[in-house]
Amino acid sequence: MLDRIANAQHAIDDACRTIGRQITIMEVCGTHTVSIFRSGIRSVLPDGLKLLSGPGCPVCVTDQGYIDTVMELADRDDCVIATYGDMIRVPGSDGSLESRASKGNVRVVLSSEDALQLARENADKTVVFVAVGFETTTPATAVVVKEAAAESIGNFCILSGHKLVIPAMRALLGGMNDRIDGFLCPGHVSVIIGSGAFAEIVNDYHRPCVVAGFEPLQIIEGLAEICRQLAAGKAELKSVYKAVVTEKGNTAAQQIIAECFDPVDGYWRGLGKITRSTLALKERYARFDAFRRFGLEDKPGRDNSGCRCGEVLCGLIDPIQCPLFGKRCTPEKPIGPCMVSSEGTCAAWFKYGRRR
Amino acid sequence: MCGMVQIRPEEMTRAMTANPERILLAHGGGGRLTSQLIRERIVPKFKNEALSELADSAHLTLASSDICFTTDSYVVKPLFFRGGDIGKLSVCGTVNDLAVAGSRPVALSLSLIIEEGFEFDLLERILQSVSDTAQRNHVSIVTGDTKTVEHGSADGIFINTAGIGIRLPNVHLGLDKVEVGDKIVLSGTIGDHGMTIVSQREGIGFESPLESDCAGLAELTCSLFESVPGIRFMRDPTRGGLAATLNEIVDGSGRSAQIDERAIPIRPAVQAAADMLGFDVLNAANEGKFVAVVPPEMANECLRVCREHPLGRDAAVIGEIVTTRDVPLVELRTKIGGRRVVQMPYGRELPRIC
Repeated sequence: MLDRIANAQHAIDDACRTIGRQITIMEVCGTHTVSIFRSGIRSVLPDGLKLLSGPGCPVCVTDQGYIDTVMELADRDDCVIATYGDMIRVPGSDGSLESRASKGNVRVVLSSEDALQLARENADKTVVFVAVGFETTTPATAVVVKEAAAESIGNFCILSGHKLVIPAMRALLGGMNDRIDGFLCPGHVSVIIGSGAFAEIVNDYHRPCVVAGFEPLQIIEGLAEICRQLAAGKAELKSVYKAVVTEKGNTAAQQIIAECFDPVDGYWRGLGKITRSTLALKERYARFDAFRRFGLEDKPGRDNSGCRCGEVLCGLIDPIQCPLFGKRCTPEKPIGPCMVSSEGTCAAWFKYGRRR
Repeated sequence: MCGMVQIRPEEMTRAMTANPERILLAHGGGGRLTSQLIRERIVPKFKNEALSELADSAHLTLASSDICFTTDSYVVKPLFFRGGDIGKLSVCGTVNDLAVAGSRPVALSLSLIIEEGFEFDLLERILQSVSDTAQRNHVSIVTGDTKTVEHGSADGIFINTAGIGIRLPNVHLGLDKVEVGDKIVLSGTIGDHGMTIVSQREGIGFESPLESDCAGLAELTCSLFESVPGIRFMRDPTRGGLAATLNEIVDGSGRSAQIDERAIPIRPAVQAAADMLGFDVLNAANEGKFVAVVPPEMANECLRVCREHPLGRDAAVIGEIVTTRDVPLVELRTKIGGRRVVQMPYGRELPRIC
């Protein structure tokens, strides 16, 4: 393994020298971010290569407006909130789900199926599933919506904050961050959407896109491949995760997403409103849509005072450039979501990179 | 405690109608039911002179006045897990705290806080497990207490044990004795207990099932202290895992530590569970492992003694104590040759979304 790492390091070094300026690569997946920090990849890269962590952590990209809507529902006595664990400590404008947990109506679930089961067991309450995440978690949400419809479970609904990766990458390259030379594309998401989905980024923006898995070796070889392309003046779509990712992806999963959801304009933390980037339930499943059921609106929120998570997510600043980082904002008392989630960029910097 | 117990009318009704195979509040009231519970169900499990007197205090005659004394409370969920249960844990945990302090555990207290409605069958299994584990680790349960709390005030059963151990001769442990160049020895694989509990709690199955490492270490540590008298420090990496223990070592000694990721033994199933949930195995709890800091010339002997014992079969030197440059740090050399800091874990980890 060390031979292959040395080869990749040489390729990156050579590319940096050939280009004669810093190369900037963004990873768009929280699991990549964590793996990069946990395996110390940054410490073996030459100074000429800069890694940015992009909008790849599902909790982090969720807009403050959505978080506040969840809090609003959690404050109702007739609702039970079913949420993935990451979400529970994200601070809204007024407290987090954790601060409301003593009321007993906030439940952490590991799957959407568990959320539907809660609805079956709590007939007197409406169970609202906090449906966030990228293409990886959306199919599981779609499955339970269809199940709820088939079983006519009337006390179940979802608050869809599901997001699509490609529109966010387009938004970044369309003017928000022009420093990005190439993308390390998300392995998990690619399993669903297929590596071919990134072709539009390569074609429209002329940026290398390389799909990689999560082993440190795959990541570093993915980075080397991007550097090689840049040095050769090329921009291509490659996958170094071929054992798992196919070009077309998981068509059954894509189909069930398409059956249940429509892409609509939606708000992202830091990136603002992005055209056709968020998934809303189709009209035929309207009764399972918490927005429609409770007359709520997907509205933008205001980030907590001083929090610069938005800029971190766009790769515009490193976490340490945020004046709150490690001072007022720590994993114990997070102010922004990037410090809460185990996949958040700030949490990774704090946990693995910070010198005490 | 005074003799008379006030029984509320609603409890009277509950007591009369309740399933007799379950704990009632009155079982902790100090009256006849309490006495019955203790004499019929608890004491027979732990036959020894000090306990059978049922005096207010146990009377012990020890071989030495140089003792270690510790206490710990156990609140694990689920109560029964692969590789152990709360009873086994409550003995091993306290035995291990005494063992790593350089003593031979001899006597334990056992306090039970039981929730009203708890099944006698489960209590029976837990007490049997306490008894078996105590016997296996050559400690006696010499005193105890039983309290009951209303339904909803506890999660089934909570256990507290306190323990006394006789200090071994010529053992002088302390973080102030840790020197640059000392080797860090880990007695076996990490994360087994923590990932077993989490995966059972979350209902995740794996092809090769996880199993807690819950075990009493005294036999191994005693023979180690006998053969390797120069051991500088020892601790069991329980809550907070290896990361917490290593940070405690550098904080307490003022020295830094450099750890080699490749040398840390981790079972593949444990690693897979951690990866799936987004956890760091270094932070996962262990209940049958120790970390020892030893002078470099004694590291091999330390490994040899460990590997002769079933609980130390996978023992390894995982790193060494180094000079502190700025502030005391635990630095990990990763598998790919990178470096990163290992921080003190900051509390509860949350399973990630995807």
